[in-house]
Amino acid sequence: MATTNSRSLAKLMLFPSVVLLLIWMIVPLCMTLYFSFLDYNLLIPGDNPFIGFLNYEFFITDPAFIESFFNTLLLVGGVLLITLGGGIGLAILLDQAIWGQNYVRIMVLAPFFVMPTVSALVWKNMLMNPVNGLFAHFASWIGVTPVDFFAQIPLLSIIFIVSWQWLPFATLILLTSIQSLDREQLEAADLDGAGPFSKFFYMVLPHLSRAITAVILIETIFLLSIFAEILVTTSGGPGYASTNITYLIYTQSLLQFDVGGGSAGGIVAVIIANIVAIFLMRLIGKNLEG
Amino acid sequence: MGNITLKQVTKSFGDVNVIKPIDLEIRDGEFIVFVGPSGCGKSTLLRMIAGLEDTTSGNIEINGQDATDMPPAKRGLAMVFQSYALYPHMSVRNNIAFPLKRAKMDKAEIDKKIANAAKILNLDSYLDRKPGQLSGGQRQRVAIGRAIVRQPSAFLFDEPLSNLDASLRVNMRLEISELHKSLATTMIYVTHDQVEAMTMADRIAVFNGGIIEQVGTPLELYNKPNNKFVAGFIGSPKMNFIDAKSPDNDKVASIGVRPEHLQISTEKGMWSGTVGVTEHLGSETFLHVQLDGAGTFTVRADGECTLAYGDKIYLSADPSKIHHFDKDGVSINKV
Repeated sequence: MATTNSRSLAKLMLFPSVVLLLIWMIVPLCMTLYFSFLDYNLLIPGDNPFIGFLNYEFFITDPAFIESFFNTLLLVGGVLLITLGGGIGLAILLDQAIWGQNYVRIMVLAPFFVMPTVSALVWKNMLMNPVNGLFAHFASWIGVTPVDFFAQIPLLSIIFIVSWQWLPFATLILLTSIQSLDREQLEAADLDGAGPFSKFFYMVLPHLSRAITAVILIETIFLLSIFAEILVTTSGGPGYASTNITYLIYTQSLLQFDVGGGSAGGIVAVIIANIVAIFLMRLIGKNLEG
Repeated sequence: MGNITLKQVTKSFGDVNVIKPIDLEIRDGEFIVFVGPSGCGKSTLLRMIAGLEDTTSGNIEINGQDATDMPPAKRGLAMVFQSYALYPHMSVRNNIAFPLKRAKMDKAEIDKKIANAAKILNLDSYLDRKPGQLSGGQRQRVAIGRAIVRQPSAFLFDEPLSNLDASLRVNMRLEISELHKSLATTMIYVTHDQVEAMTMADRIAVFNGGIIEQVGTPLELYNKPNNKFVAGFIGSPKMNFIDAKSPDNDKVASIGVRPEHLQISTEKGMWSGTVGVTEHLGSETFLHVQLDGAGTFTVRADGECTLAYGDKIYLSADPSKIHHFDKDGVSINKV
């Protein structure tokens, strides 16, 4: 990639794929933007007149929107909290020399390979079912009334399921980071009289800050669009108790056949995602530099 | 106070004995250098003294107190690591303050000690930088600063100069020696470089294969090596060895002569040979001479030496400068 020749050749070779990617992204976005200004419902055939920002007004003033907006934040925040906390703990444990280390590591990673739909179904039917679930059996064994997870604590249950799926990811990233921590630093800290807590707060945690930032950014992107777990378990209910924005857009466009309203919701979701992204980059993006 | 006594100390990893029983008395205030080829156990022994490695058997006493199973922080020792092991997220000031804060020292006292250390080590203008913004030599100073503020009973250095370039190494060598003179604290210094050992040490312990071959002052080791290993390890370029017999002592199996003790003559001498490669260093010249009997000799000549490749020369040495070894490589002093 040194000479002018090879550089312009590289640009030429990249051109088709860049154009293709751009079209792939721009066309759906423009169509969504276009639909969001139309009165376009599949149940009402006929003209699709231009109605300005009416779709946006309806979507944003819908009481379900506010609820699902906060649900989205709770879902993202809750899962991040659990996966980071648990991930740091597990990474430290897995970093210790134990017998069968490699097998344990593979087992810890296993949940990440399970499809979201499948894992949600397993949790719903085998673990959290109030009659047949393992948790219910355990509750009655110790003499407590079993919790009907998806009726009583729907959002929290979904946070648990999603956390279970994303914990391995966080653990993996944090473990590789911990393994790159200079052992001599820890030994120096030993000689300097640092206890386990000092070592954690002054050596390990600062060392992990980059990996933690990466985990937060990557997980946030995926967690904003959680869908399968909600569809399979609670279908957004009871009421809108476990509906996030992604799921709200789905109900709008595919259950109510309101293409215009769904598109407006989609654009709102894009805006929210960007606000979150800017906020996060401002807050922790500097950790990725240097 | 900084006496460290090792009594029959051993270390094994599984079936491998890295340190065979070692006895060593390190006196208060002395600069002792552990030197040896890589894998000889010198670093392991240092880490055992620091408490970073368990001792398999034997006792380590620090200031007359049994410290074999004491945690590292309780031993009152400070260590400077090969990689410096500075805390990358803290400023230089906080790096140096870290051990003091852990010891719950009050703020004013800490500031005073940091200012003092910074003055000794010329770190004043770097105190608020992060280690990543410093050069190798400056990092080295910070690492030493972090060690001296604790006022340890002994300093442990683990190959501290091996990451520095050659000219900086010479400077730091001097600085560490000067630091030792001004602090008068015991220092244990591990290196594989015999030049560092010779120039800095009060006493040198030569390690080989998990045992100490010889302990003594630099000149003792240079003049009276106990065996062939020490003779070959101390001194640069290496001592020349050839198989030889002596009419006076039938135990002699080989002899050794240092390159600087050989005299060159074009007429006569004890050995004859052909000049091979010559290395001109300006102040001196090293000749690699192919002997007519067996082997090659390295010879130190003066800087103006005009001998060239292929010249026939004769070499001889003062008999008192020739070292004799028996078939096991042990020195024989009397021939």
